[in-house]
Order: sequence, then structure tokens, then C-alpha cells
Amino acid sequence: MSPTVAVVGASLAGLSAARALRNQCYDGRIVVIGDEEHLPYDRPPLSKDFLAGTASLEDIALSSPDDADLGLEWRLGTTAVGLDHLSRSVLLRDGSEVEADGVVLATGARARRLPGGEGLDGVHALRSLDDAIALREDLAAAERLVVIGAGFIGAEVASTARKLGLDVTVVETQPVPLAGPLGPDMGAVCAELHADHGTRLLTGTGVAGLIGTDRVEAVELTDGTPLPADVVLVGIGATPNIEWLVDSGVALGNGVLTDARGATNIPGVVAVGDCAATWSTSAERHVRIEHWTNALEQPATAVATLLGSADPAPSPVPYFWSDQYGARIQFAGSRRETDVARVVEGSCADRSFLVLYERDGEPVAVLGMNQPRLFTRWRRQLRSSVAALS
Amino acid sequence: MIPVCPTTALPPGEAIRVDGEEPIAVFNVDGDFYAIDDTCTHQDASLADGWIDGCAVECPLHASCFDLRTGKVSGPPAKTPVRTHRVVVQDGMVYVEAGIAADGAA
Repeated sequence: MSPTVAVVGASLAGLSAARALRNQCYDGRIVVIGDEEHLPYDRPPLSKDFLAGTASLEDIALSSPDDADLGLEWRLGTTAVGLDHLSRSVLLRDGSEVEADGVVLATGARARRLPGGEGLDGVHALRSLDDAIALREDLAAAERLVVIGAGFIGAEVASTARKLGLDVTVVETQPVPLAGPLGPDMGAVCAELHADHGTRLLTGTGVAGLIGTDRVEAVELTDGTPLPADVVLVGIGATPNIEWLVDSGVALGNGVLTDARGATNIPGVVAVGDCAATWSTSAERHVRIEHWTNALEQPATAVATLLGSADPAPSPVPYFWSDQYGARIQFAGSRRETDVARVVEGSCADRSFLVLYERDGEPVAVLGMNQPRLFTRWRRQLRSSVAALS
Repeated sequence: MIPVCPTTALPPGEAIRVDGEEPIAVFNVDGDFYAIDDTCTHQDASLADGWIDGCAVECPLHASCFDLRTGKVSGPPAKTPVRTHRVVVQDGMVYVEAGIAADGAA
């Protein structure tokens, strides 16, 4: 019988793993298990063009015509519920199991929910295609949107809803949005986009609860103020989908723990994408990265590991982007709190700038707003300097 | 023919965007000029802002790669090729013939 690799998770990381297996000349069976009914699709447009109705399902499909040659066996609409580490069998909710010689864990993450928000119509999270369709339908009939959480998802949905003509308020617990990824100074600059486009931003403000019986009517702030809302979007981060592995013997932390090459503690089992907490030599800890580019690139290394390679792991430069209110924000590198941010091109007031984050005088990260060309050069530069160091 | 710029304004390794209904990106690769549709077929980004790597350009947003000679995708996530356009160099000026596919470098 030909060898089998089970890829658990059918989004960008899972598809990239399947492609990488074939790229690396694996010619055995590949079974891709996905809990959604849909073939792999691209998630970033869900808060932008797809939500606005300007991109179709076909536009955001990830598979290309060439993927037909990959010879993948799809098990869609089936949730993995367990992994037997001795036989390396993936147990599925329908009672069947997939016996495999190698397993790629790519189960991603799910949106964190607001406690007490369950069961109330008009309250949404945004992670999946079905989430986006439901939110889009609800926004079409709404006038007032309240977004809880001013992170990237929250800001992008706020931006799309403004474009659709809604009255939008964003509520953020932290004093400055995006201070985690960008630092307080640049977080504040990016958050100014909200006011530029008529979105109300309330910072340093907690949410006490949601008001409404069947359908949400308002968001109650911790100071007692009710914010009337026809629709509420909760954008307060994501949780890795790893509970199904609790009894599997796979070591778990804030994600599936792997070494720098994607190997878990169980031979023949690797993990990639949003569900993986991968050892970072530079950070000296396991780091779980939820970026799209990581889900695209990381599987090549993990698959090589699965196929027996022991080449040194590449040192990727983390990269993410966000499109809000017509502005393109791009960030690359690894920022620490003590790094110093310096504008090297353009100006924050013009919403067109390039910022370098420096540590001991050396650039370690770069942030651009509406500066794609210059940003690309700096991102390249960071990549080559990281490669030279490792 | 659409005038783009003097050859001296587009040195090797550089690209320029020609605005229009469907913007076109013109590249100089070691003295050879190539023109393709400027907008990435994956998602909205300008390929003239991308990174030129040999005869390919890498999209500045998601790193899709296109072969400048053929417009074909040489790296995902893009799924469909971009169109190429013929470039003409005349009297020190770069022109593109929009809509006429290139058959090689100008």
C-alpha cells in the first residue's frame, strides 16, 4: 500500500503543505481533512472586498487549475476529533479514521467570542467564509455597527462598513489600538484613519455586556453607557484549534509546540500555520504567528522535515499587511518594545510614510503606510540581513 | 503608441507605472524593456511597486511572481497570468503598444 500523509486543515497552510509535498517529490497518497464544506479559500478578503461584495467566492478561491494535478483526496465538512500517536491515525467526527504515515497539523485558529454574546442575533465574529456571508447579509440591513476590538480585523470591518454607508463605532479596551504589533506611537498614527473616515473610536473603554433579548440592541460599556447597535462585530483575537489533540500525546502550549523545523514531539507529526507555536531561535521561545505569509511559507520547511530533511530552518522575516480606508499598511520584522521607531520617508500627517524600527542603531522592522515600493526594498533588506546572521 | 518616458528615466532594475483605464507597468531588466498589466491578478496591488528578480517581478503585497517576458505566473498565490504589451524604444524614448502582446524584449 502506498504511503499516506494526512493534512488536517484545508486552508492556506494545509493547501500549502499539500503543494509542498508534491513539490518535494512525495508521490504517495495525500488526504486533506477540512471541517468546513468549502474548498480552500483566502481569508484576508473576508473583511475587505468579499465583505464589501466586490470579490466573489471564485475570486477568493485558493486552488489554481494546476492543483488538479496534485491528486489530493479531500475530506471536507469533516472535523478531526483525535489523533492516535501510535498508529498515527486521525479520528474523524463521522467515526471514520485516516491511517497515515505522516501527519501535518494545520487546523488554524478560531475567533475568540465575547462571553455572553452567544445566541443573540446580530452579534458576529469573522473568521470563516460562512461568518463573512452572515455578516454581509446583516450589514446590508443595518444602520449602526459597533465593533468590539480595534485590531486589524476590527479596523478592516469598520472601514468596509463605512464604505457601505453605516454609522460605525469602534470600542477598544487598550489606551492605544495596535500598540502590540506596531508600538504605541505608530499604533496611534494608524488609528487616526478611523477619525479621518468618520468612524468613532473609543479607546481605554471596556465592554460590560450586550443588551437585547433575541437580537442585539446595544453594547453596554463598563461606565454604563449604552451604544445602540444593529450589528456587533467582535474582533478580540483568535484561539488555536488544538483541543482535539489534548489526549494525543502531542505537546501543546499556546498552540502545537514544534521545533524550528515544524517537528512536534511525536515522530511523523508536524504542525504549521496559525495552530503551530514554532520555536524561534531569535526570540528564544515558541512563537505562534497568525500571519497569512507564515501559513503560505512555513509548510515547505515542515514538509521537508516530515520527508526526512534536517537542513537548517530558514529564518523568515514575519510580514503582514492591512488595508483600511484605502490605506495600505505593511509591516515586516520582529519588533520589541524597546526598539526606536523613526520616520525615514513621508509623513504621518500625509498618511504616507515609512518607519524603521531600530535596535542598537540597526533596523529590525519596517512599517509602511501607502509606501509599497520603498517598503518592499526594506523588507528585502531585512530578509537578507537576517539570512546573513543565521 | 503610448509614450512612457525617456530611456534614461528608467534605469536597469527600475519600473514605472503608466496610468490609464488599465494601468501598465514597464520594467527595465539589464537594458531590456518589458511591459505587463500593472495590477496583480491576485489582489489589488501595483506590480510596478514590486521587486524585480531576474526576468520576474514579485508582487509587493503577497509575493506572487510573474514572468516579465510571458506574463505567466511563476509563483503563487496568483492563479491567472497578466497580459504582456509590446515595448518600442525609439530615439531614446520608451513607448508601449497597449493591447499588443509582447513577443520578446524591446
